[in-house]
Amino acid sequence: MTIEVRNIVKQFGAFKALDNVDLRVETGELVALLGPSGSGKTTLLRIIAGLDWPDSGAVSFDGEDALARGAGERHVGFVFQHYALFRHMSVFENVAFGLRVQPRAVRKDEATIRARVKELLDLVQLDWLANRYPNQLSGGQRQRIALARALAIEPRILLLDEPFGALDAKVRKELRKWLRSLHEEIHVTSIFVTHDQEEALEVANRVVVMDKGRIEQIGTPGDVYDEPATAFVHGFIGESVMLPVDVSDGRIRLGGEVLDLESREAPSGPSKLFIRRHDISIGPAGSGALQGAVKRVRAFGPTQRADIVLHAAGEDTLIEIDAPREGVLKAGDIVGLQPRRYRIFAA
Amino acid sequence: MTLTVATTTEQLPAAARPAHAARRDPRAEPWLVRAFIIGFAVLFLSLFVVLPLLLVFSSALSKGIGFYLAALNDPEAWAAIRLTLITAVISVGLNLVFGVAAAWAIAKFEFRGKTFLVTLIDLPFSVSPVISGLVFVLLFGAQGFFGPWLMAHDIHILFAMPAIVLATTFVTFPFVARELIPLMQEQGSLEEEAAISLGASGWRTFWLVTLPNIKWGLLYGVLLCNARAMGEFGAVSVVSGHIRGETNTMPLLVEILYNEYQTVGAFAIASLLALLALITLIAKTVLEGQIVEGQQSRDD
Repeated sequence: MTIEVRNIVKQFGAFKALDNVDLRVETGELVALLGPSGSGKTTLLRIIAGLDWPDSGAVSFDGEDALARGAGERHVGFVFQHYALFRHMSVFENVAFGLRVQPRAVRKDEATIRARVKELLDLVQLDWLANRYPNQLSGGQRQRIALARALAIEPRILLLDEPFGALDAKVRKELRKWLRSLHEEIHVTSIFVTHDQEEALEVANRVVVMDKGRIEQIGTPGDVYDEPATAFVHGFIGESVMLPVDVSDGRIRLGGEVLDLESREAPSGPSKLFIRRHDISIGPAGSGALQGAVKRVRAFGPTQRADIVLHAAGEDTLIEIDAPREGVLKAGDIVGLQPRRYRIFAA
Repeated sequence: MTLTVATTTEQLPAAARPAHAARRDPRAEPWLVRAFIIGFAVLFLSLFVVLPLLLVFSSALSKGIGFYLAALNDPEAWAAIRLTLITAVISVGLNLVFGVAAAWAIAKFEFRGKTFLVTLIDLPFSVSPVISGLVFVLLFGAQGFFGPWLMAHDIHILFAMPAIVLATTFVTFPFVARELIPLMQEQGSLEEEAAISLGASGWRTFWLVTLPNIKWGLLYGVLLCNARAMGEFGAVSVVSGHIRGETNTMPLLVEILYNEYQTVGAFAIASLLALLALITLIAKTVLEGQIVEGQQSRDD
């Protein structure tokens, strides 16, 4: 099932939640909508599900107008951030719900329903919880039940709204892997919303980066990390150092001082220079394009992290970079910094 | 913090505990203060609640159980009980439907004039019941707004059961809605959305998801609504016309009998109302427990 979204606009009062959004998702894809809160990603998901309606624009499934149908007629499985399990029903009845409310003409008999629920509970590896109630389950279990419930109606599309947002870090990582392998198993076209870039990059085939109701970039996890299309994407995905610079006559100036970096045909005007934190080489004072004083050094996993104050034309800018663990950086050192890779975007 | 303090106390051997261990709870008041406050509350309650209640039953039974039963077996008493029950059934039924609909609209949807609607629902609480009764006199009385038309068509509303039902319904309509609005607001509409996305119709979503989630709150509201409907005096008094054996509800009959010095009769009817109050209280306590349980199951 392909999903096509065209020119979607959605406004809540004066707030523009979605501003002319276009998106195409191919059959069997697992796409992540990634963005900060307020970027419109959940609204877009809810519009695709039929839980919200756009002010204008079109949504179609396999070329068929989806907006002509209500949420219940779209055959979309929706998984909520806070699970939204029916609290007064057992796990079994929660999963069976979608089968029991089908129109009489297509409703399956009790034995078939039972078999199907059993199958789904096996799929999410929680068949032993069938008689429990939602409040007796852990967060991770609840979310897996919510997923089983959504899958019960054999959805053509699976939509997940921050599915792991309410879980703790360890469970989240497990469920991420699990979702990935589940998708490989059942291959239903899926879109999930997240504000966690690691989650998006690790799980999705393609990532849609959103900000302020617009799509900033659509690409594979590799693309959005290595070839960010806009300043926002560079700043949002991965850890970057951003320096406000001026570009003119092919030169880059930081606070009036010319930096020894190529401008690579960046247009003139105020710009932002982005460098990944781990793409900076540290050398002795005087070497490299930037000079700075080490303020503080912290061990951080396999690397160490250094706060460095850059002096440029009387103005101090504090940046944080990754340095090799074995380096002998200490507070007070003056060092030269050379970006190995960098990007410039017009501000 | 309290937790740490508690554990350290437990770890100490009994002898090593400071003598004034009880005082270490920062919330504990000196013994004298506690005794005074509790004593005052008990005294006040006995004087203003328990004593009058006992008095109702003892006065009703002052001339023996035979007299008491005879007073209740009076045709006028029966008529009043019947009218009260019918009125309560109709107005509670109406307010049940209205309360659920209003709470649903307010809790699950955003629309213009929502605050106004909430205020309007509270109106019967803020207006004196006498005024509430008077409104219906002004509407349906001979000189009232609909009066001439009703008279021309020989329809009796005022000084008849319809007016009593209307006045009672008006006075009691906040109970169910008030109880449900905060409950439904807190529950949000996620479960309904889940049900709808799973293909359930609006109607089935209501029966299978919404109603089971609000059932205890709803019962609680109905209970309070019923207690008030049966006990309402002011508004009903204005519209009833006090026709003996026809338009007297139980509270009205109590007043009439009392004014006629039929103490036992008055207190016999009053004892029934008091009994209703006691049953309501017990049921209320049980329901509150259920509601709290329901909330806890949501919280964790």
